[in-house]
Amino acid sequence: MVATKEYRVIGTRPIRHDGTDKVTGRAQYGADIRLTGMLYGRVKRSPHAHAIIKKIDASKALALPGVKAVITHADFPPPPAGVGVSGEGPPQPWRFQVENYLANKKALYRGHAVAAVAATDPHIAEDALALIDVEYEVLPPVLDVREAMSEAAPILHEDLRTRDTTPLAQNNPDKPSNIASHTQIKRGDIEKGFAEADVVIEREYVTTMYHQGYIEPHNGTAYWGKDGHLTVWNSSQSHFVFRNQLASVLQIPVQKVTVVPLEIGGGFGGKLYMYLEPLAALLSKKTGKPVKMTMTREEVFEATGPTSGTYIRVKIGAKRDGTIVAGQAYMAYEAGAYPGSPVGGGMNGIFAPYDIPNILVDGYDVVVNKPKTAAYRAPGTPAGMFAGEAALNELAKMLDMDPMDLRLKNAAKDNGERPWGGNWGVIGARQVMEAVKEHPHYKSELQGENVGRGVAMGYWGNAGGETSSSASVNSDGTVNLVLGSIDIGGTRPALAMQLAETLGITAEDVWPRVVDTDSVGFNLFTAGSRTAFAGGWAAYELGMEIRKRMVERAAKIWECDPSEVTYGDDGVIRGPNDAEGKERKFTFKELAAQLGRTGGTIDVSTNVNKTSVGPAFAGHICDVSVDKETGKVSILRYTAVQDVGTAIHPSYVEGQIQGGVAQGVGMALTEEYHFGPDGRMQNSSFLDYRMPTALDLPMIETVLVEVPNPGHPYGVRGVGEVPIVPPLAAVQTAIVEAIGVHFNELPITPARIVEALYPDA
Amino acid sequence: MSDRIVITATINGEEMQFLADSRDSLLDALRERIGLTGAKEGCNNGNCGACAVILDGRLVNSCCVMAAEVEGADITTIEGIAADGQLHPLQQAFLEEAALQCGICTPGFIVSSKALLDKNPNPTEHEIRFWLSGNLCRCTGYDKIVRAVQRASEMMRG
Repeated sequence: MVATKEYRVIGTRPIRHDGTDKVTGRAQYGADIRLTGMLYGRVKRSPHAHAIIKKIDASKALALPGVKAVITHADFPPPPAGVGVSGEGPPQPWRFQVENYLANKKALYRGHAVAAVAATDPHIAEDALALIDVEYEVLPPVLDVREAMSEAAPILHEDLRTRDTTPLAQNNPDKPSNIASHTQIKRGDIEKGFAEADVVIEREYVTTMYHQGYIEPHNGTAYWGKDGHLTVWNSSQSHFVFRNQLASVLQIPVQKVTVVPLEIGGGFGGKLYMYLEPLAALLSKKTGKPVKMTMTREEVFEATGPTSGTYIRVKIGAKRDGTIVAGQAYMAYEAGAYPGSPVGGGMNGIFAPYDIPNILVDGYDVVVNKPKTAAYRAPGTPAGMFAGEAALNELAKMLDMDPMDLRLKNAAKDNGERPWGGNWGVIGARQVMEAVKEHPHYKSELQGENVGRGVAMGYWGNAGGETSSSASVNSDGTVNLVLGSIDIGGTRPALAMQLAETLGITAEDVWPRVVDTDSVGFNLFTAGSRTAFAGGWAAYELGMEIRKRMVERAAKIWECDPSEVTYGDDGVIRGPNDAEGKERKFTFKELAAQLGRTGGTIDVSTNVNKTSVGPAFAGHICDVSVDKETGKVSILRYTAVQDVGTAIHPSYVEGQIQGGVAQGVGMALTEEYHFGPDGRMQNSSFLDYRMPTALDLPMIETVLVEVPNPGHPYGVRGVGEVPIVPPLAAVQTAIVEAIGVHFNELPITPARIVEALYPDA
Repeated sequence: MSDRIVITATINGEEMQFLADSRDSLLDALRERIGLTGAKEGCNNGNCGACAVILDGRLVNSCCVMAAEVEGADITTIEGIAADGQLHPLQQAFLEEAALQCGICTPGFIVSSKALLDKNPNPTEHEIRFWLSGNLCRCTGYDKIVRAVQRASEMMRG
């Protein structure tokens, strides 16, 4: 399937504008910054998963030569009342957010920040950590979502009450609970649905916490000037949101904060949250010098990210012919130490690809003594859809149906109702399912012993939100594009290409730059797969405004009415014939050269906030072989089909899909947070956390289905997130098919496979 | 106070002296003392390969080498891979094959791949994957990186 419209720039594969700096080591990332007189900051962290902080004594640290300041929670102004933006999820109380920067009274997970130090040298800052004495009263931790929900569980927050939004809620405002919220999706009559079913499957699934695993640790450098102006240099997914948050928690006007975005070395949702920036700011205020802070990898694992560990029950009922009549799920997600798990992503996703008349999904957001969870690529959806899709594959077996036929029979339709309400609009669910079914991979025969195949679907809603952007036309006909959304993996070319397409010029003639918070209007974060969509809308509007003004200039030169001038998609501006009957026209470059004489530079800006977001569906096929002696799983072949709307730069669309597959395969097979009974993460290094390497994966074939989003001038939907969703169930089902043993807990490590194959060994 | 030592080494073809802390790794020295920030710190324990450099002809993780050990050594970092103002074929291939997204692991991958192609100008896909398994990339799923190395290998063999 290809786009219905012919484009000049969209769909081509130009070299990315920021590429040369990145292959030569010149690109400046957050940790690469160096300022005159800079100090180095480090964080003192709790060794306990749950403890009362009795006393912090920094006197010995402060006596160490080279140590310039130590801060604790008491150095923050009182947190603002109410709630503030917290990543992609619902807003959370400011108090909790500030407590996560530096613990107040209680340490709620191992690695929780309790103090920070600034010193003249990184080694001295490290030495100083051991000299900060913290007295704790250690409390028993609660580490599992089911335990945390039980009556007997240790309570993390004495003042936390369950916010139950379901119709039959029995809220108990006097009783502290680890359950922060209970929400529900309801459609039809679930009991009636199951009564109509011929076949019912009921299963339970467990997934571990997973880390986003970006290679660049968190960093933040701050200078609080004598004039009260705070400048922060960092790598984040959201410098504008960080600016506003800094102003809120430090209680200074927004205009007194400038955040300068440096290149970001991966985020996947995990860099939507501040950790070091407020500490660096306070340390700078105290010392009068710039302070740079970076995390170690161990700190990244123990104190940032991850996504929720989950416990999910699924029940699906179908007629003998495969018509699904009822879908029910119970989803309990670990929020980590403070409320705000992405359970909503799992709830929305689990039945999204299907048109099911009766649905009931209950979701629980539960605090545990583990790191506060952060958004991670399609937040909450991989675990939720793992459960739904794995159960669906089993249901297909029970019905003796092809798993893709079962899905096609129940596929969500254009303009149908979404499970949680609202309308789908134009979607590619069915087209993706058809493309999976028709793919040569799906039709091929499996070869060899202990081999199996799995399929699964994925859904992500994508996102819009606010984007400000500006552009100016230079006298040689090149164009500068000013962006305020962070480029995390190729949005500079994707947005430059959309502006180039609109103007009828080349991608290379547009120079995109991501600027600081002083230099363009507010932009929401780079998350939700929103940037190519929302930034593309902005680029289109900028382009159309430039076209209009170019037409006016040409009319001025030709002394005609602008209505007689046309701007072609080829970038040629044509006017009425001259007195001799000859066609009058300018190329973009010719007219650009005339701008100075006809009124000056064309310089335009726009702010868009579009809600016409196009959801994304994906379908994956995975073949594995299992070594029954070692339990090692090899991915033999992998094909990822996805409705991408329109692929602006197909190479980077493919790259997003391949990267998402790799992360999803990691979730299925090897990645895991191991906690000891004391709440200490036992595998807080890359080697032991075990993300996929080049040797663990084959080439990943991508199939780009293009069902353009009618709510975008170029049909963009957003591509980055949905590809992480299907691999979990696709890999799990392939393993089940290969060795005939069921696994309902991820990851399916070699140890789990061997244990399952030889339970008595 | 920390102990400072003077170290003389050849870095990207140029002999230089620099001051380092006795506790600095080569990566610390490159980044904080010399100002060559192309080598990245991803883990500081040799797991991720983002800090890879070529030390006296050997591929090493510079976070696992002490700065004090490189006295008299010859070191090539990502900043020294492009010669005579021209991108190295690997750098060109990484751009053309879109083998990077966020780019933080890219210096390590290019340095490691150069060490591979210096040894084995025509590696198989498996050999590339095996050699690069000490470099972690979280964005690409490795597909386009492996293709870029294959492409560079073709370009270099003519």
